[in-house]
Amino acid sequence: MYEYLIAVFAYIFIYIILVVSLNLAFGFTGLVNLGHMAFFGVGAYASALLTLHGIPWYIALPASGLIAGSFGAVIAAITVRLKGDYFQIVALGLAFIAIAVSRNWISLTRGALGLPGIPDIIKNNFYYMLFLFAVALLSVVFLYWLTNSETGKIFQAIRDDETAAAVLGKNTYLYKVLSITISTFFAGIAGSLFAHYISFIDPTIFDLEFFVIILAMLIVGGLASISGSILGVTVISLLLSAISFVFTNISPELIGAMRQMLLMLILLLILIYRPRGMFGKVDV
Amino acid sequence: MMLLLRNVSKMQRIFEHARKSNRKNKNAILSISDISKSFGGVKAVNKCSFEVKENTITSLIGPNGAGKTTVFNIISGLAKPDAGAIRLEKKNIAGMPSYRIAQSGISRTFQLTKVFRNLSVRDNMLIAKKTNDEEIKKVLKGVYFEKSLDTIASELSYGQQRLLEIARALLMPHKLLMLDEPTAGVNPRIRQELRAILKNLRKEGKTILLIEHDMEFVMDISDRVIVLNEGRVLREGRPKDIVKDKRVLEAYLGK
Repeated sequence: MYEYLIAVFAYIFIYIILVVSLNLAFGFTGLVNLGHMAFFGVGAYASALLTLHGIPWYIALPASGLIAGSFGAVIAAITVRLKGDYFQIVALGLAFIAIAVSRNWISLTRGALGLPGIPDIIKNNFYYMLFLFAVALLSVVFLYWLTNSETGKIFQAIRDDETAAAVLGKNTYLYKVLSITISTFFAGIAGSLFAHYISFIDPTIFDLEFFVIILAMLIVGGLASISGSILGVTVISLLLSAISFVFTNISPELIGAMRQMLLMLILLLILIYRPRGMFGKVDV
Repeated sequence: MMLLLRNVSKMQRIFEHARKSNRKNKNAILSISDISKSFGGVKAVNKCSFEVKENTITSLIGPNGAGKTTVFNIISGLAKPDAGAIRLEKKNIAGMPSYRIAQSGISRTFQLTKVFRNLSVRDNMLIAKKTNDEEIKKVLKGVYFEKSLDTIASELSYGQQRLLEIARALLMPHKLLMLDEPTAGVNPRIRQELRAILKNLRKEGKTILLIEHDMEFVMDISDRVIVLNEGRVLREGRPKDIVKDKRVLEAYLGK
């Protein structure tokens, strides 16, 4: 039970980084980056490969953020000129490219076999959870500061009306690339923390199912609200974990299906009764 | 001696001429020459040329579809001209991205108001210029905007949003202000306020390019009127000459 709770909170802190960073692009800048998980996966693979090749974690962790962020910057530079739906489709396409690469670049990723034996950052799970808490706290504080800064207000202005921001002298293209770069940097950090926690990654890390959970957490918490994202992650994580306790004598496969049903139910209720999510500042 | 005097008077004439032409050049803040823009097969703007002089209000009028808003979009960089030059003072700005044109000193509003819906009044203003509450309040007061700075823009009425948008355009440092139908779609009270605002701006000596449908108002406030029809300048002149022009009446009312 104790170990299980530690695991639940460890995941909560990783998800907080992931969801808050997605909120920066989606909620604050209006860039619906459906490929966010690809950058989480890139961070996880980068950190795994670096540490498996003997590079210490304290270099691998920031490096995986930088690698994911650099990919984000390049891809954003090419795609953010696309309007609305087209950007989303291209971003989603990215996720599929990431899956294909991780499955087929066998010499690097070992394909579907995955990468086992990723070294721990901290052996003791409780202390690692505290470490995750600290990183999540730092990320949240930074992103909170950013979204309230002049740059953050420009992100939000672009989300509300890009043309109006442009005729007020703002280079909207650069700001959008910047938003995606920062957002994917933190996705990479979350990926790295995740890889070192579970010590094994394979291409299923890019699965859309996983992204649906992240998206649900974001929407339930509310767009353009950092406290909303934290609450969304916590509420959904706790509810999904509670299922395992309530139905102790059900087979694990059924639990998985029940989790998805519960998730969709929560999402449906929120979208009907609170379309802006719990703390959302803008419409979905 | 005579020769010397003749030379002096000749010199004077040359200086006088130079001074006049210099004033003429200095006066034109914006000069547009032969801009064209087609959408598919439709020529929305067809070799259009005109000037906007310093400290004047110039109005663009013309029937629906005459190309007025397209001209605005070309000047502010939201549409790229197929041909032609646009000079802001001496700088050619044709084809530059809109944010750089804005930075060069052209501020504008839109026919359908574009405020940042989810931002407060204060944040809307701060996007235009980094400044303090005092200056923001002063500009807002100048356009008779009376809501608190913390109000979220989407909670304002359409008329108030229009005032906020004009205030925002005024706050951004600019040489030329372009207003696209500021009095369209607002209630009569705000319409009156907008007229008063424009009159005040005229007194302050602002340089304004205006699109407006209310002829009485246009004739009252403008220094110059440019009539567009089918993407071309049909007639250009002082308001009192324009109202008498047959071709203008025909373009508006049909033959």
